[in-house]
Amino acid sequence: MSHDIFGEQIRQALFATPEDSTLTNRLRLDLYRWMCLTRTLDDTMVAMWKQGRGLGGTFSGRGHEAISVSMGMALGPDDVIAPMHRDVGAYLVRGMTPARVFGNLLGRETGPSRGRDANLHGMGDLSLGIVGYVSHIPQQLPLSLGMAMAFKYRGEPRVALTVCGDGGTTTGPYHESLNMAALYQAPLVLIVENNQYAYSTPLRQQMATFAIAERAAGYGLSARSEDGNDAEAMYRAIKKAVEQARAGGGPTVIEARTMRMLGHAIHDGAEYVPRELLEEWEPRDPLVIYRRRLLEEKRAETSQLEEIEAWAQEEIEQAVAEAEAAPFPDPDTVTERVYA
Amino acid sequence: MKQLTYLEAISDAICHEMERDPDVLVLGEDVGGEFGGAFKVTKGLAKRFGDQRVLNTPLAEQSFIGMANGMALMGLRPIVEVQFADFISTGFDSIVQSAATIHYRFGGKIPWVIRAPSDGGIRSGPFHSQNPEAWFVHTPGLKVVAPSNPADAKGLLCSAVRDPNPVIYFEAKPLYRSLRGPVPAGEHLVPIGKARVVREGVHLTVVTYGAQVPQSLQAAETLSAQGIEAEVVDLRTLKPLDFDTVARSVARTSRVLVVHSANRLVGVGAEVTARVAEECFEWLDAPVTRLGGLDTPVPFSPPLEDAYRPNARKIAKAAATLVAY
Repeated sequence: MSHDIFGEQIRQALFATPEDSTLTNRLRLDLYRWMCLTRTLDDTMVAMWKQGRGLGGTFSGRGHEAISVSMGMALGPDDVIAPMHRDVGAYLVRGMTPARVFGNLLGRETGPSRGRDANLHGMGDLSLGIVGYVSHIPQQLPLSLGMAMAFKYRGEPRVALTVCGDGGTTTGPYHESLNMAALYQAPLVLIVENNQYAYSTPLRQQMATFAIAERAAGYGLSARSEDGNDAEAMYRAIKKAVEQARAGGGPTVIEARTMRMLGHAIHDGAEYVPRELLEEWEPRDPLVIYRRRLLEEKRAETSQLEEIEAWAQEEIEQAVAEAEAAPFPDPDTVTERVYA
Repeated sequence: MKQLTYLEAISDAICHEMERDPDVLVLGEDVGGEFGGAFKVTKGLAKRFGDQRVLNTPLAEQSFIGMANGMALMGLRPIVEVQFADFISTGFDSIVQSAATIHYRFGGKIPWVIRAPSDGGIRSGPFHSQNPEAWFVHTPGLKVVAPSNPADAKGLLCSAVRDPNPVIYFEAKPLYRSLRGPVPAGEHLVPIGKARVVREGVHLTVVTYGAQVPQSLQAAETLSAQGIEAEVVDLRTLKPLDFDTVARSVARTSRVLVVHSANRLVGVGAEVTARVAEECFEWLDAPVTRLGGLDTPVPFSPPLEDAYRPNARKIAKAAATLVAY
């Protein structure tokens, strides 16, 4: 018996994959490059925390790379994004350096939150169009709706994109914000990273039906469900939603179906997840399948991919060294920046 | 100078700011269209400034305040109306978790104002009478103001709109149409963070704000007839607190009565009292006295609500007792 609640993708008929395609080989390699950098950062981070070289807790985004990288790449330079804790790829694509990410993780002055916010939280940098999230993840929805409304108010061709998990879809602000986004036809894109678990709670204990996209469509906005481990499908779907929003066509919700491959946070062994489920998803690892596809479709040579992988390793090693050498914030500055 | 009601002064401030700055907009439940809000504060604004700048929202405080967070983060200056201060609890997360922390966490600015019609005495029961200011004074990153008269209502609102931080503006709805006073036309700013001595006196200091300022002034007249001259300090801003003005008054009078409509327990008055104890101990001739709402929901029936809430008579009585200490 399959543990995969997505089953035979019964929703594919309802939410067909958008037509392609503007994907160039250059763009395909960029997708792989950023996914590779994201995975390398993640693997390095997890190893460091297990070795006791971390600070507090942290969150792995393993398995979410196709989603987070596509979000970053599908947006234009003036768009804004409010990512969450499994979206390091989006930060990297938008221009946040791995050294700054590690700076934040290690509580250094050089992190975007200057040691104010923990682990991957609060990594906002408005010059890069990035908003730092609060733990109350669904708060990102009305906030991003508001950013979209500001663009609409000023007649600017800009788009706001935000994210929540399957857990976020059961909260009040999710439903309030979808209703308002549709009502106001806001230039907003929402990605629901359905990784099947809200901490230890599986989907079947969260909602009576798993039809996240259908439910969203019920509010009167565009909605689709996509394979969140397929980088090109994610990129195309998000790109289409972003362009629709930019053209005044209103908001889109995209359910990205995936699996959280590690625990909720670094301390969590996720013993509550059936091993069989993880085994089913392991071969669907977004990096593994994309690497194979690039080679099979002759989009890239093995040597090109190996070069990218070596580059990512080197970038992350340098970033860790830089962050570990960076200063902690001065305690005399603790009250700075409470008020503007 | 033009005489306006407290409510007209608020409307005047909103109009003035909307005319001055195209980034200023109004949003909330029922604020738009012909209707103009439950109290009519925004009546006529939609006709004048258009539906986009006077935006009606669905019933969804958490998300329309959250939406204001995003608008403000992108440089707009929303004036958000929560229909009654009592309903602000529905939007609590958006205020205290998101708006209040954004600047500290990554330097974003949230220049919104939330207008919260507060206070009771008008027989409106537990859910249309509350004074929840202490929740927000307790939250780092927020500013909190509470005007007591029409001129301050305008001046503090204009300052709040221009402030780069989230400001919660508690407007005292019992004063809406009952209090009329001179209001400067055009530009009029009252600085945030400055208290004011609204009546000078030598025998005690009454520290208060909002709807209890007129009650305290009325009590001071009664006391004056008995030979007691009360100094009345109107805090005007609850956060940041202008304690210097309080301390200077305490140095003159040596007796302090703190009064507010909000529940006495862990209210703003508790902080004022603690600071008087910490910083003015040497000057005190009597223990600090506090008057505030009881530790109950705000009751509806007149004898119950009158028992719950401070008023001029109770203030005069407490002041006389304090002076006789």
